[in-house]
Amino acid sequence: MSETVIKCESVYKIFGENAKKMLEESNGNVDAKTFQERGCIVGVNNASFEVAKGEMLVVMGLSGSGKSTLLRCISRLTDATGGKIFIEGQDLLELNNKELIELRRNKMGMVFQSFALLPHKTVVENIAFPLQIKGTNTEESISRAMEMVKLVGLDGRENYFPRELSGGQQQRVGIARSLAVEPDIWFLDEPFSALDPLIRKEMQDEFLRLQEKLQKTIMFITHDFDEALKLADRIAIMKDGIIEQLDTPANIVLNPATEYVRKFTEEVPREKVLIIEDVMDASSKDNLGDLKVSKDEIIENVAEKILTQEKLVGVVDLNNNIVGSIKPSKIIDTVFGGRKNGS
Amino acid sequence: MEYLKKYPKLFQWLFLLIVFFALCFAIDVPETYKFIRGQAEFVKDPNQSVYFFLGKEVRYYAFDVFWRLPPLLGWLPIWINDSLFFLMNEWMPMEFWNEDTQEFKTRPLLLEISRNLTSFMTFLIELIREILLGGLETIVAFTSWDFIDAYPWLELPGLPWTIVAAGAALLSYKLSGKGLALFAGLTMIYISIFGQWKPSMQTLSFILVAAPLSFIFGLGLGIAAYKSKRVEKALYPILLVMQTMPQYAVLVPALVLFGVGDHAAVIITMVVAVPPMILLTILGLRAIPPEVIEAGRMSGCTNWQLMFKVLIPTARRDILIGVNQVIMVCFSMAVISAFIGAKGLGFNLLLALNQLNIGLALEAGLCISLIAILLDKMSLAWANKQTDYFGNLTFFQRNKNAIFFAASFVIGIILAYVGTFIFKGSFNYLFEIPHNKGISTADFWNKGVDWIFDTFFVYIKAFNTWLIQDVLQPMRALYLRMPAVATLVLAVGAGYLIGGVRSALVVAALTLFIALSPWWDRALVTLYMATFGVVISCLIGFTVGTLCFQNKKSAAFMLGVCDIFQTFPSFVYLIPVMMLFGITDTSVLIAVIVYATIPATRYTIEGLRSVPVGLHEAATMSGVNKFQRLTKIEFPLAFPHMMLGLNQTIVFALFMVIIGAFIGTEDLGQYILKALSDKNGAGIGLTLGICVAFIGLIFDNLIRTWVGKRKKHLGIA
Repeated sequence: MSETVIKCESVYKIFGENAKKMLEESNGNVDAKTFQERGCIVGVNNASFEVAKGEMLVVMGLSGSGKSTLLRCISRLTDATGGKIFIEGQDLLELNNKELIELRRNKMGMVFQSFALLPHKTVVENIAFPLQIKGTNTEESISRAMEMVKLVGLDGRENYFPRELSGGQQQRVGIARSLAVEPDIWFLDEPFSALDPLIRKEMQDEFLRLQEKLQKTIMFITHDFDEALKLADRIAIMKDGIIEQLDTPANIVLNPATEYVRKFTEEVPREKVLIIEDVMDASSKDNLGDLKVSKDEIIENVAEKILTQEKLVGVVDLNNNIVGSIKPSKIIDTVFGGRKNGS
Repeated sequence: MEYLKKYPKLFQWLFLLIVFFALCFAIDVPETYKFIRGQAEFVKDPNQSVYFFLGKEVRYYAFDVFWRLPPLLGWLPIWINDSLFFLMNEWMPMEFWNEDTQEFKTRPLLLEISRNLTSFMTFLIELIREILLGGLETIVAFTSWDFIDAYPWLELPGLPWTIVAAGAALLSYKLSGKGLALFAGLTMIYISIFGQWKPSMQTLSFILVAAPLSFIFGLGLGIAAYKSKRVEKALYPILLVMQTMPQYAVLVPALVLFGVGDHAAVIITMVVAVPPMILLTILGLRAIPPEVIEAGRMSGCTNWQLMFKVLIPTARRDILIGVNQVIMVCFSMAVISAFIGAKGLGFNLLLALNQLNIGLALEAGLCISLIAILLDKMSLAWANKQTDYFGNLTFFQRNKNAIFFAASFVIGIILAYVGTFIFKGSFNYLFEIPHNKGISTADFWNKGVDWIFDTFFVYIKAFNTWLIQDVLQPMRALYLRMPAVATLVLAVGAGYLIGGVRSALVVAALTLFIALSPWWDRALVTLYMATFGVVISCLIGFTVGTLCFQNKKSAAFMLGVCDIFQTFPSFVYLIPVMMLFGITDTSVLIAVIVYATIPATRYTIEGLRSVPVGLHEAATMSGVNKFQRLTKIEFPLAFPHMMLGLNQTIVFALFMVIIGAFIGTEDLGQYILKALSDKNGAGIGLTLGICVAFIGLIFDNLIRTWVGKRKKHLGIA
């Protein structure tokens, strides 16, 4: 894989007065219960992972699972209690205030659940805000902000105030603001949770379109498992501050690591998540029928075609080489079978 | 026994009351007590005992400690006085250059600072005053008297009243709209026509100096407290005391430190006006959603940028509500500061009241009230006004208010100039209508008062006599009959039952301070008047509030009325009651009742309103009638908020009782008034003020603790 942008090594975040001391005493074995008895609350417990350039890591968890805390450790809105965090090889926790501000001004963008727009500034002024903070002159920052307005499809509303916009529109402003400085790393903290289901879907599609174009390194927080499946390259599922499983959507659905994760995957429509490659048989490439499907197809899109076949269906890669095969009955197995025995 | 288990609190309270009354009956009134009723603090008397503390001699009448505690804190006012005197006159003498005599002179540091501060304030006030009214002090300040003699045309001419009126109307229009503009214009015309222009502008210039300075200090300290827990902890007790301290009481130390006049009044006004600004700044900054702060930080803001580009603009409304508070406090201080020689409307009011010229007092009072309403509405409109986008407007649209003002400026000057030809030989009514040369309705009002007195004298007197003889005096005697120990037990017991050991300790400390001061008896008299006022106010306020709440329109109307009445400086309330009841305790009590009914009514309506709609609907669907809904649902839920209203009612009542001293009550306020004319009064005034503040704080602590617990219990915290 390509270069690592974000790297966490056993990051801990513990709230409370003696957090640091207690963490040292515990030798890395943090038990939330004993900590709570002594007045500390464990937010993030031994989180280690890497995010590669251009990758989208979705952190999924219910409220109180520590997902937002983890994000705030990595953006250093709160200081981690223990562990190391590297941003493009730089030790984040070693940066002084000035370096941190420099990093945020040039490398990081963040979108918030409640939009967090400045009420006294218009749409375009809000978007230009990070640029002006940086010291870009007014004319340049406004023209740059206008590009952003167009990018998120708000042209014509650039002189509105946040109070005059709907939730979806406000979040578009939030997104545009976070992108104004052209950051390499993009943090999104439940950006669509405060929106109506219909608007949410529209914004997710919009977001995927943007990401296609921009190819940022992304950490995306959500409590919605479907959203995570839809957007993620990889998903980290958190519970009580611990990352229960970190894997691709397909692997999480097919091989949930813990009981907790399995509960989430139970209701997931597999045909919408899995691609042919996940379920194909790579060993048998003979006796194929006429139908060939691409290995990157989502099952749902080709299920009907495959199910009408009697013979094995060939699976091909981008260059039309056969890489495996799939039985029509395998599709039925995947869609209906897996759920009952929870494999 | 079953009852005991079911209502343990009730029995604890009963037990407390039994102990209290047992103590009251067990402790007899000592023989010597009748002397102390007429005690004077610094008079030598053979019966007095003496003790020394910190080198200060304190005299007091020896007593049974159960009946009244000895004044162990009697040295405090004397000590404060001596310290102030020492600081002002002896501490840190230094060499200072004297401009007039052209030589170095040795002066104590604090005196020099106070002098410099004073002259700076005087300069500011004069500057604004002369812009509004004309004069030559400002030019002189930069040059010299000789210079002004040589060039007499340099005198500032002052603004014609028409321009100020147009300016006020335009500003109101910009802030709110036509309605307020009309009100502003009419107010200004009224002021001018009735010959109150000069004092009004003097008061206004006072506010224009005091309010911005208070705002800056308040905002700065508020930010500091927001940033640092330590600063907040240090400020908190001061803020608490200042909230319940009668404004009156801080005038006395100001007199010592800064002398008599507008400058002293401005400085002391800041002392009073800064605390609410600090509180609202902290409140506003705390209320900012954390994500907005995070957004600011992720945008790469430095601390400075975060504060001024993100936090303060986001907290704009709360901060401007703070400005509104500052302006109102400044205005009310501008009136009261007449006691230490501030010029303006308050001075005229005081003068008229002293001469018992009710008509003149009423006119000044009306002026004060109108300006108070105008300032309140304007600053509130500013707070509620949201920023608009104006980049797409034409130059004229963007600047129309400025253009109109420029136009009215020119027209005003032309009118004033034309006026010099029309009103030859008399006053130029288009420039400035001098004091008492406008229309006056004073005679009419005076005659009205006389008529009321002539016609209703018998009834008023009968009512007065009945109230004083059959209600007030017995009540007062009862209060004074309480032995100090019994009162202490009652207060501490109540504190313990409501808020546990912590509350009990706080209440004990506050009560002890008053009990150990030399003014326990006066405090009891203050308390009796306040209690009387509070009980009646609450009865009226809760009833009126509940009745008005039955209908949306009447509720909104009543809140509007409360808003208006609350803007009036408390002093104004004394005018109509003096008109009707003359100089008696009754007048003060009626003023107390009127003033304290405002918060009682307001909080009742607000409390009832805050009952969630869902509960209303649930109750309606369970088939309750209106009365059941009120008693079973609305009252229990609104009660905590109504108790906060009671808290405010107590503070308001205390303020009014203290100010009532002006028309001759016998409570703590009377001593504050005396201290104003005493050269050793600073310490006494301050200690008395703290005593009053502590009375308020005792109730504040008890009520707030109770409300907090109750709200938690109801789940509406």
